[in-house]
Amino acid sequence: MGTVEELLKINEELRNKLEELTKKNHAARSKIDEMSSQVVDSNPYSRLMALKKMGIVKNYEQIRTYCVAVVGVGGVGSVAAEMLTRCGIGKLLLFDYDKVELANMNRLFFQPHQSGLSKVEAAAETLRNINPDVNITTFNYNITTVDNFENFQSALLTQGLSGGPVDLVLSCVDNFEARLTINTVCNESDLNWFESGVAENAISGHIQFIEPGRTACFACVPPLIVASNIDEKTLKRDGVCAASLPTTMAIVAGFLVQNALKYLLKFGDVANYLGYSALNDFFPTMSLKPNKNCDDNFCRKRQEEKLGKVEEKVRQEIEEEGPVHEDNEWGISLVDESVIDEKETTIAASGIAFAYTVPTEGQKETQGTSGTSKEVSLEELMAQMKAI
Amino acid sequence: MVDEGTRKTLSSIPLLKTKAGPRDKELWVERLKEEYQSLIKYVQNNKEADNDWFRLESNKEGTKWFGKCWFFHDQLKYEFDVEFDIPVMYPTTAPEIALPELDGKTAKMYRGGKICLSDHFKPLWARNVPKFGIGHAMALGLGPWLAVEIPDLISKGVISYKEKTG
Repeated sequence: MGTVEELLKINEELRNKLEELTKKNHAARSKIDEMSSQVVDSNPYSRLMALKKMGIVKNYEQIRTYCVAVVGVGGVGSVAAEMLTRCGIGKLLLFDYDKVELANMNRLFFQPHQSGLSKVEAAAETLRNINPDVNITTFNYNITTVDNFENFQSALLTQGLSGGPVDLVLSCVDNFEARLTINTVCNESDLNWFESGVAENAISGHIQFIEPGRTACFACVPPLIVASNIDEKTLKRDGVCAASLPTTMAIVAGFLVQNALKYLLKFGDVANYLGYSALNDFFPTMSLKPNKNCDDNFCRKRQEEKLGKVEEKVRQEIEEEGPVHEDNEWGISLVDESVIDEKETTIAASGIAFAYTVPTEGQKETQGTSGTSKEVSLEELMAQMKAI
Repeated sequence: MVDEGTRKTLSSIPLLKTKAGPRDKELWVERLKEEYQSLIKYVQNNKEADNDWFRLESNKEGTKWFGKCWFFHDQLKYEFDVEFDIPVMYPTTAPEIALPELDGKTAKMYRGGKICLSDHFKPLWARNVPKFGIGHAMALGLGPWLAVEIPDLISKGVISYKEKTG
């Protein structure tokens, strides 16, 4: 314990610091009712609205009418959220259950003084300061647990700007469980979303646009990986779980938001799958059709619903499209859904491969499964387990 | 991919057949019964082979599991609490087994003490949905993890032997 004088001194110091911080927050701008295209130094939207004048985007100010959910506010999600905030998106929903740690500092966005804060809260504070026009709502929980699943689903369906579903979901999570959870919700509720990912060795990444029933969902085929051109056996994993680079993550976040903007504001072509291999600066793209035998019931249901729509679109495309490139150096081609073969691990030599293969329906043996006798109750089994 | 010992252990754990997760009300109860039967058999096998190494139990919904696992090193028994949630997408996604007391003590862990599984675990799990259950996750995930990590942690002095008083 210090003396009274010491405590008074600390009190004085803290007061000064508080005043400083209050001043800093006041430096943030006030809200702007309407996006102006006036080119003045004080207009934060002038360079964005210039996209209209240049004929790139017809309706830039419509960005304010959209709500995007960012699931996972880590190396990719936080940067994606900042990009959308700076672009003046209408509303952002941020989902994450992690805390900011010093080990995150090799990535962009978070700062050392935010260590210990929840990622969503820390992100919301920074983002509101950058652009107070964006409506930001945070959800600090793990979406893959049974307890939070319903809340996650209802948030995506009711937290849109008009009380309806969100306009787009961006998956920026770092695990298969969360991706599959997002996939399930989006298939069930027919929400369009982008999956994104960076390899654990930090040298490749990808984004994938998923429109349930029209493009392959996350459960249609095993996860796709960009071939890294290094022998997996030489990859050392001693003492580490995952590596990461701010560069790879920012590149993937850039790809992700670029395509999200193209999708929302309807300009250019939205990539179905875009990969990135850092070692040889290789960017494969391709389209993926949904798997008719997808494990997800709702994926199959959406496929039936959209069958007519898809065929019509394909017919139009065939009529319109001539050869886009004379040469095809990387051997990129469209892939048929029948590619899911036990032996087939590469897709048309395009530099993209499945992370693993799964047996087809016929290969799944059903022998040797335990099968329970109906007479035994769950309570009895629980008691039996305890008694061992 | 998987060593001979693990393969042998695996083959003696009864496979499951009901593809149901916690969102499937009645089918989930059926799946849970299969899980328990498979686990009971696995633990009994372990005892018979003098290789008893874990106990697990769950809440009554079967969504949260907890228990103990132990590992012998130089004839000393090192015991750890185990816990995991059944993910909402189970059994398509495997449970993420955690040893909370080792959180922060090894790099081979994700947040919350979830063990870092080998590259082979998830593909192998995916190939065997819905036949693999919690017992398989223990045999393929936690077992090999303990065998590699615990001796290493002991040799580094990160964990030390605690005499059991009770």
